[in-house]
Amino acid sequence: MKRNRDNKLFEPALVKEALQQSFIKLDPRMMVHNPVMFTVEIGTVVMMAVCIWIITGNKSQGSLAYNLIVFIVLLFTLLFANFAEAIAEARGKAQADSLRKTREDTPAKKVFPVGEIFVDEIKVVPSSQLRKGDIFICETGDIIPMDGEIIEGIATIDESAITGESAPVIRESGGDKSSVTGGTKVLSDKIKVRVTTDPGESFLDKMIALVEGASRQKTPNEIALTILLAGFTLIFVIVCVTLKPFGDYANTPITIAAFISLFVCLIPTTIGGLLSAIGIAGMDRALRANVITKSGKAVETAGDLDTLLLDKTGTITIGNRKATHFWPANGIDEKAFIEACSLASIADETPEGKSIVELAGINPNTFSSNGARFIEFTAETRSSGIDLSNGLKIRKGAYDAIRHIVDKAGNRIPVETTERVKIISNNGGTPLVVSQNEKAVGVIELQDIIKPGISERFIRLRKMGVKTVMVTGDNPLTAKFIADKAGVDDFIAEAKPEDKMNYIKKEQQGGKLVAMMGDGTNDAPALAQADVGVAMNSGTQAAKEAGNMVDLDNDPTKLIEIVEIGKQLLMTRGTLTTFSIANDVAKYFAIVPALFIVSIPALQALNIMHLHSPESAILSAVIFNAIIIPLLIPLALRGVAYRPIGASALLRRNLLIYGFGGILLPFIGIKLIDLIVSAWF
Amino acid sequence: MNTEIIGVIVMFLATVLLAIPLGRYMSKVYEGQKTWLDPVLAPIDKLFFKAGGIHPEKEMNWKQHLLALLTINFVWALFSMFVLMNMGWLPLNPDGNPSMSADLAFNTTISFISNTNIQHYSGETAVSYLGQLVLMLFQFISAAAGIAACIVVFIAMKERTTEKLGNFYNYFIKTCTRVLLPLSVVVAVILLFNGMPMTFKGKDHFISVQGDTVQVSRGPVAAMIAIKQLGTNGGGFFGANSAQPMENPNYFTNMVENVSIILIPITLVFTLGNMLKRKRLSWVIFGVMTVGFLIYVIPSIYLEMKGNPSIGHLGISQPLGNMEGKEVRFGPAASAYWGITTTVTSNGSVNSMHDSFTPVTGMFTMLGMMVNNFYGGVGVGFLNFYIYIIIAVFISGLMVGRTPELLGKKIEAKEMKIATIVALLHTFLILSFTALAAHLFANNPTAYAAWLNNPGSHGFSEMLYEYSSASANNGSEFAGLSANTPFWNITDGLVMLLSRYLPIIGPLAIAGILAKKKFVPESAGTLKTDTGTFGIMVFAVIAIIAALSFFPALTLGPIAEFFASK
Repeated sequence: MKRNRDNKLFEPALVKEALQQSFIKLDPRMMVHNPVMFTVEIGTVVMMAVCIWIITGNKSQGSLAYNLIVFIVLLFTLLFANFAEAIAEARGKAQADSLRKTREDTPAKKVFPVGEIFVDEIKVVPSSQLRKGDIFICETGDIIPMDGEIIEGIATIDESAITGESAPVIRESGGDKSSVTGGTKVLSDKIKVRVTTDPGESFLDKMIALVEGASRQKTPNEIALTILLAGFTLIFVIVCVTLKPFGDYANTPITIAAFISLFVCLIPTTIGGLLSAIGIAGMDRALRANVITKSGKAVETAGDLDTLLLDKTGTITIGNRKATHFWPANGIDEKAFIEACSLASIADETPEGKSIVELAGINPNTFSSNGARFIEFTAETRSSGIDLSNGLKIRKGAYDAIRHIVDKAGNRIPVETTERVKIISNNGGTPLVVSQNEKAVGVIELQDIIKPGISERFIRLRKMGVKTVMVTGDNPLTAKFIADKAGVDDFIAEAKPEDKMNYIKKEQQGGKLVAMMGDGTNDAPALAQADVGVAMNSGTQAAKEAGNMVDLDNDPTKLIEIVEIGKQLLMTRGTLTTFSIANDVAKYFAIVPALFIVSIPALQALNIMHLHSPESAILSAVIFNAIIIPLLIPLALRGVAYRPIGASALLRRNLLIYGFGGILLPFIGIKLIDLIVSAWF
Repeated sequence: MNTEIIGVIVMFLATVLLAIPLGRYMSKVYEGQKTWLDPVLAPIDKLFFKAGGIHPEKEMNWKQHLLALLTINFVWALFSMFVLMNMGWLPLNPDGNPSMSADLAFNTTISFISNTNIQHYSGETAVSYLGQLVLMLFQFISAAAGIAACIVVFIAMKERTTEKLGNFYNYFIKTCTRVLLPLSVVVAVILLFNGMPMTFKGKDHFISVQGDTVQVSRGPVAAMIAIKQLGTNGGGFFGANSAQPMENPNYFTNMVENVSIILIPITLVFTLGNMLKRKRLSWVIFGVMTVGFLIYVIPSIYLEMKGNPSIGHLGISQPLGNMEGKEVRFGPAASAYWGITTTVTSNGSVNSMHDSFTPVTGMFTMLGMMVNNFYGGVGVGFLNFYIYIIIAVFISGLMVGRTPELLGKKIEAKEMKIATIVALLHTFLILSFTALAAHLFANNPTAYAAWLNNPGSHGFSEMLYEYSSASANNGSEFAGLSANTPFWNITDGLVMLLSRYLPIIGPLAIAGILAKKKFVPESAGTLKTDTGTFGIMVFAVIAIIAALSFFPALTLGPIAEFFASK
């Protein structure tokens, strides 16, 4: 099954569900959590009462049509805001549902330690009956019924349902690759698995609950912003309430509709209506990147990260070393040397061996290896090779190992070969010395291949102010070379698991926020210590429990994406807040003259937009205020694009677009709406 | 160029040039470094420390600072009540002025401890010399309390992670002895030599040309005027304040007094830069404040020099500009400049009648008090500004995709809550009390007719100005309002009290909480606060909040008046 990862914003099915939700969310008990929109709801109810009042004969509040329109526009303002939240929820849910579908009830071969007939009896039960600690087995072709940990056996597993990646992966008991995910399929072999979560408590279930709002808690930053917005709302409560006696003093009766319109236009409804949608969309974007977050806070923290700990292998370099060069010793024919290297590696199944054959470019089948004996690599000899039927013995191995062989035979390694070995080591490469019949004939150079494009990503991170640290088991010399070449800021060489932990602690003491990615059980403490710990889905249960995000793709470069998602989340909030407040300037110029023009005609000078009449001015302002919300939903869901151009430049840019633009746009918008509305009012 | 304008420019430049070295000196004082005044003043400090049982090296956390501040204010308030209510029989009363009634004494006490100096009495006839001296003492105390609180916030901004923020009494006493006292002596001596009275003798008299005997009040004026201006107090010796020739004899004294008005508020900004070793930051703050200040000053001077349009409509030429309510020896430019400086700094002394400014100048004086931090009162001006920095840092932090930080400290919900409350308070006090007055007046105009000298928009401006002045702890008045009634006395007093202490407590609490937090080092992703961009952001936040809060009220007052008189 292929998951839908495209970014189409309004799928008809989701829109339909969101529309329903928009009405359900009008329930004041739900609205009260959003102080800004709750005050709009109160205003809407008051307007409804005013309309009824007019129907029953009141004449002081203007025409019914005008009041009714104000009421309807306010109602739509609420519905638009609810819709924004609902569509964000629906999208998140749809995303999560498509993941959850992979784990619908499947038959599970549960192991009963004390069965009806035998001990360790196996019975097929629905997966929903499995509980934490239960044990089941899976054989070729079975769908794994539940998340669990392999306790016995090894299997190839198709995880494409979760990751979208079609290449099968190997999972085995013990070690760091013992975790299996419900919904994936066993392609070969048989494994015994212990269930690690109760139904409804898997990471995915937690994530769905977060998106659905049941357990969604406001993040600290969201709380602070809500306070500020509530503050602005209060200022406008004061402004509007005091306007009544001011109006009385100036002998200007102000209608209830005008009061409520002014109030609703001024309070930050744009950001207030979109705030929760922005938060949900952040988690949803993470999910689209195939990262399950355990809390909204983790996404937010990701935007603040100062330091990333990245494993060298797989993140910075492509999996394994590759042969890059053949260096024959003096007096050795290069062609013959390459042939020897190739021969020594035909049977070598390691990635390094394969890369040698590949680099040599000689089809192994052309060799007559009849009667040849392959010498496997052992920890004792630390070399491998081949004994041909013509008596030629070729060996390749580390410099020390080959020197041992050569010395024992009374030969010496040529000076230029020793030199070459040094040069290769200094350049971060790994030399393999090749010997023929106990004589050194040359060196094969193996190099780490840095992933294409990774340096650019590190430059981008540096511009964001994020420090990158490479973690590797290599010696410091090699580590430094690769670190320099890839452009990381720091490295930990010959790293042991506790080194990561110590590094994280050291950085945190300096006040920095640190992220790391890990999969092994021995990574768990560091994952827990890091501010953002991303566990690979293939990792052990302990690692997954310790981190606050799980990456379904097992892609170590994912951290970089996560940082940007976090930044986008904060930026979207900030820019829309600015936009929302900046809008008020134009709304003032629309409404304030309209309120007083009748009694103080001189204030016509303030009507700089030349709006048609007081009624049309007020209607235009509320209509603009309402329709700006749905217009900004796409921005709220997609997020404001992050550009690593430095904080000040970014502030300038966003201030210009959302601050200055926020002042200008409503002048144009309100004027345009007024041109239409003035046909009736 | 017009000499009047040159006079104004000279005043402003002189202030800035004095403020820079003074800022350096003050930072040394508070950091306990050696200064050239040590030999003279160190023994005086010691005397006070010994007499007060103060251990200046004993450091306090922000709550202890607050307690110290409130204690000082409370104890002296009781003392003031006693003197003002008994000065009739106490010594130093050559003119035989009576004791104050309890309510007036209460009002006056609050007015002076809160650095507001609204005066519902005339010094000549209502206060003895002892009373004036007590009020003068308050002009030191209230100014020093504000500056000391400001210094605590500076220290908190400077420290990495600590609860210990120095000793409040130490800052308080050193502000008096090392800053206010020497400056006051210099200013008082200059004023003295320009003809200001400084005597404990009673009224003098002369026989006028018509042969009448004219009584002339005098007293220890020069001493009081110096601290009145330096401490952004504004409470004058005489009823007419610095428009009175005894309180402001000539153009030169006018310049000296006017420089004194904004000297310390500007100096404190430079003190911040010196103490934090972040001079760029203080230039950015100074820049933001100055831009705001110039936006008020330039059109005000222009409009006052241009004259009153209503008189112009009558076909009367006004070669001197709008001279109603102004002193001929100062002229419109220096009067407008004073009008703005005294309102932006919460000083409140006047050398002309603000009621008679053209409507837009009147609006700028009100805006000065509504914003109350384009320089602002001594100490408290920066504290108000600090609140807006917090809000600006918060919004702009979000805009660049990072949890907001100010000087390495994360701004979170608790700080935002306090900042929001403080930012709201000023708006709330001004608008709600003006609304209350407007409500009473609108419902029964005949009963309250005595309040307002002018009907309509200008009358509205008078009420709005009164509460802006009280809430900004300014103390100046739009003279058209008859404020000496129980209603105005009580509400003014309430507003002054609330608007004095909450805006000190708030920033102090925020700074204290931030100081305790973990320090986050700067990275390329951190938004720097000492850049022009951030300055623009802070300015925008201040301008937008002020505009959104007060635009409707100002529309009904000065803006309506302006368009009507056009």
